[in-house]
Amino acid sequence: MSSASSKRYRYLFVTVLGWLAAALLFFPIFWMVLTSFKTEVEAIALPPKLFFQPTFENYITIQERADYFSFAMNSIVISVGSTLLALILAIPAAYAMAFFPTKRTKGTLLWMLSTKMLPPVGVLVPIYLLFRDSNLLDTRIGLTIIYTLINLPIVVWMIYTFFKDVPKDILEAGRMDGASPKQEVFHVLMPLSLPGIASTALLAIILSWNEAFWSLNLTTTNAAPLTTFIASFSSPQGLFWAQLSAASTLAIAPILIFGWLSQRQLVRGLTFGAVK
Amino acid sequence: MSSTLAVKPHNTKTSKRQVATLPLVAPSVLVLLIWMIVPLLMTLWFSLQRYNLLNPANTGFAGLNNYISLLSTSSLWISIFNTLVLVGSVLVITIALGTLLAVLFNEEFWGRSIARLLAIAPFFVMPTVSALIWKNMLMHPVNGLFAFVTRSLGLGSIDWFAQYPMLSVILIVSWEWLPFALLILLTAIQSLDHEQVEAARMDGAKSTAIFRFITLPHLGRAIAVLAMIEMIFFLTIFAEIFVTTSGGPGLATTNLAYFIYLRALFEFDVGGASAAGLIAVILANIVAIFLMRLVARNLDV
Amino acid sequence: MSTVTLRDIRKRYTDADVIKGVDLDINDGEFVVFVGPSGCGKSTLLRMIAGLEEITSGDLLIDSDRMNDVPPDKRGLAMVFQTYALYPHMTVAENMAFSLRLAGVPKARRHERAQDVARILQLEPLLNRKPRALSGGQRQRVAIGRALVRNPKVFLFDEPLSNLDAALRVQMRIELASLHDTLKSTMIYVTHDQVEAMTLADKIVVLQGGVIEQVGSPLDLYHHPHNLFVAGFIGSPRMNFLTVTVTDVNSSATTVKLPGGETISIPVQPRNLAVGDRPTLGIRPEHLRFDRTNATIHGEVKVVERLGGETFAYVNLPGGDTMVVKTDGDTPVQLHDQVPIYLNGDRCHLFDPQGMTIPRAELRPLTV
Repeated sequence: MSSASSKRYRYLFVTVLGWLAAALLFFPIFWMVLTSFKTEVEAIALPPKLFFQPTFENYITIQERADYFSFAMNSIVISVGSTLLALILAIPAAYAMAFFPTKRTKGTLLWMLSTKMLPPVGVLVPIYLLFRDSNLLDTRIGLTIIYTLINLPIVVWMIYTFFKDVPKDILEAGRMDGASPKQEVFHVLMPLSLPGIASTALLAIILSWNEAFWSLNLTTTNAAPLTTFIASFSSPQGLFWAQLSAASTLAIAPILIFGWLSQRQLVRGLTFGAVK
Repeated sequence: MSSTLAVKPHNTKTSKRQVATLPLVAPSVLVLLIWMIVPLLMTLWFSLQRYNLLNPANTGFAGLNNYISLLSTSSLWISIFNTLVLVGSVLVITIALGTLLAVLFNEEFWGRSIARLLAIAPFFVMPTVSALIWKNMLMHPVNGLFAFVTRSLGLGSIDWFAQYPMLSVILIVSWEWLPFALLILLTAIQSLDHEQVEAARMDGAKSTAIFRFITLPHLGRAIAVLAMIEMIFFLTIFAEIFVTTSGGPGLATTNLAYFIYLRALFEFDVGGASAAGLIAVILANIVAIFLMRLVARNLDV
Repeated sequence: MSTVTLRDIRKRYTDADVIKGVDLDINDGEFVVFVGPSGCGKSTLLRMIAGLEEITSGDLLIDSDRMNDVPPDKRGLAMVFQTYALYPHMTVAENMAFSLRLAGVPKARRHERAQDVARILQLEPLLNRKPRALSGGQRQRVAIGRALVRNPKVFLFDEPLSNLDAALRVQMRIELASLHDTLKSTMIYVTHDQVEAMTLADKIVVLQGGVIEQVGSPLDLYHHPHNLFVAGFIGSPRMNFLTVTVTDVNSSATTVKLPGGETISIPVQPRNLAVGDRPTLGIRPEHLRFDRTNATIHGEVKVVERLGGETFAYVNLPGGDTMVVKTDGDTPVQLHDQVPIYLNGDRCHLFDPQGMTIPRAELRPLTV
């Protein structure tokens, strides 16, 4: 066999294998999206239907249920709110640590990361009781606070690394050009690290949106985000597969897109830079 | 003639522009400090108390009684065992398959970037959604796709969550986390020096030898980091169990997280749940110490 | 009038002294180059003048005003960075006008000024591009433009050409020289490349280990280095050095014995030399000649580097030393040839055991 044709076979083989793996992994999502366009009867039909008259009925039903919107709204408010809060807290801290490091900076950063290592179950009881006593159970504020705190270390860390990547020369050039510290931050540093801050925000939103330990334990109806709402389909009487699929598709679509956009930064953020 | 200077002054940190850094760092540190210390101390305190919300009259200092009664019940040990089985199996599955997939996706092939997007998608699906897709549409004993396939092959149908509850949960969690392993290991593989591989090829190494002697050692660190991060997350697997098996049948899929949830929010045994919580913290810290060491070595301030 | 004066300038970090007392006068319109090996403190010195590094002690005067504690943008300076340090999120025009914007100059005036500078630097077609869409040379020009816009008293350049490829570097060097000729402003330029130093400077400052080794015009440094370090640093290939023994001293010349036993007479002042001393003899490769009739020493050719226009031959001498000889491009010399070399005593430098130059009996005119 000539080397060129062996290369071709290899390419073909790898293509088939790669797509097979991708298809297997993606299949459950594909199947869910497909089911969301079926009627409830088609959804549980045997044998499963691959070809059918698609319907938007489920999406319409979901839209019409007033509570779906409130759950979606909760998810949006809580994940965006906690992300903004975390950014507000993190950006000044990251700025100070990246540009004015002291002897304690490294220790502080590591300590912040170490708070991520605390398993939530370890503090479930006191947090539940504290929330109950201060009327934070089943409130958006309560969950927003929790998500801010659990994402803060990752947000500080990521922004810190993005700030560290800004060439020192550019900041000095700004200073030669007469920028005050405030102008340096707003005219030079922030525009330069905007892509990094944006992907950090995306990651924080993804993590909050998909968080399902605290949301299941601390919310029931009023402030319940989509994770809790979807979980309510697990009860036997909630076996509306097509509707569940439509609700799930809506719930994961934006996050899937965010995730695809920020996959590189996700590795950086979730491994605390240990894998580059 | 004066001697040459060893330090290159350009690299030395200079803060010519002095900024008061404390007010900038303090808010983050403070909220995290409170978040870390207060609930943990409360957990510790509760774990030493007789404290059951159903029995408000019976309170007081319990000493180590909560721990003693907890450690003497088999349910704690079963849940710790289940936790270890769950964590261990998913770790092995995601790392082994993740490494293979990473090598595969590191190869050039037609439509690779789109295939990669599809392959990493499960990681972005919220846990309750993934659990329900698997529970209803795939593993349902009557209408599920798996049942249909096995029946068509004449194998009859399997009631996954009744017959193989732990395996089912392991499958679901592995599906969710395999993409994460793939992403991290792929990133690590891509940082492998291409010239190193070419040098090995010049030395006569075939693909398997390159994988064995170059790729795998290069991935060692990434695999260690991945394993530790996954362990931290897997210790607290909750939604998947909550939605699919509710810890059952019996205690078959009750892990430590679910055990604490049952104790605290079903039996309202605050003391016992807190004691179990501290056990979880200790387990997590054993892992965390190693992880922090690895991160610290990699962090240049 | 823009002069810069350094008086006993020092820089101390917690663990090391980096600049150990520098005195220097820079005249109006002068092109001064700081040159030295890496780590010599040249960049630090420039950044101290710029205001980016604190001055530990000493005085920095610009136009006889003390500037030690004046913030960088108030010193009337502009700096061109090695990495160009362009703001990647701004267009070329915005980059150049940023300092004016910070100073509150109205938009129309800013635009006008950027246009003017762009015309001088032939950047007009690029004004609306972002830095990433520019080539290395264009970025360099924008960085210079950004400095020009501010109309500074003094231009500072921190190794501005070292990120360019060889051909572009030569071109930009020529452009910088003609820019200086047009603007006639004071410029301070840091480089480790002695060719840049020689070609651009009115005055070269050779630094080593945080102290000035010598200040002078390029030819002054070339012909009359103060010490071994400057002699070795200026000139390429570097000067050949041999340890020799003094055999005779008189008022007009000193006779020394080469390692191979040959003697040669060098016209330097007798100063402190005595018979039996072991000074260092230095002679530049371009001052050596293959010459059978006047041969001083013989050696074996170990390496021949043919550059086309010229040839460098590395010759092993009987004493074990190696000498580089620069000769014609079409010299017939071959590897392993035994070659006769003529050492012209008039072209030789002599350094005492402390490394200081022993002055010539008569100074050579710098240009004929």
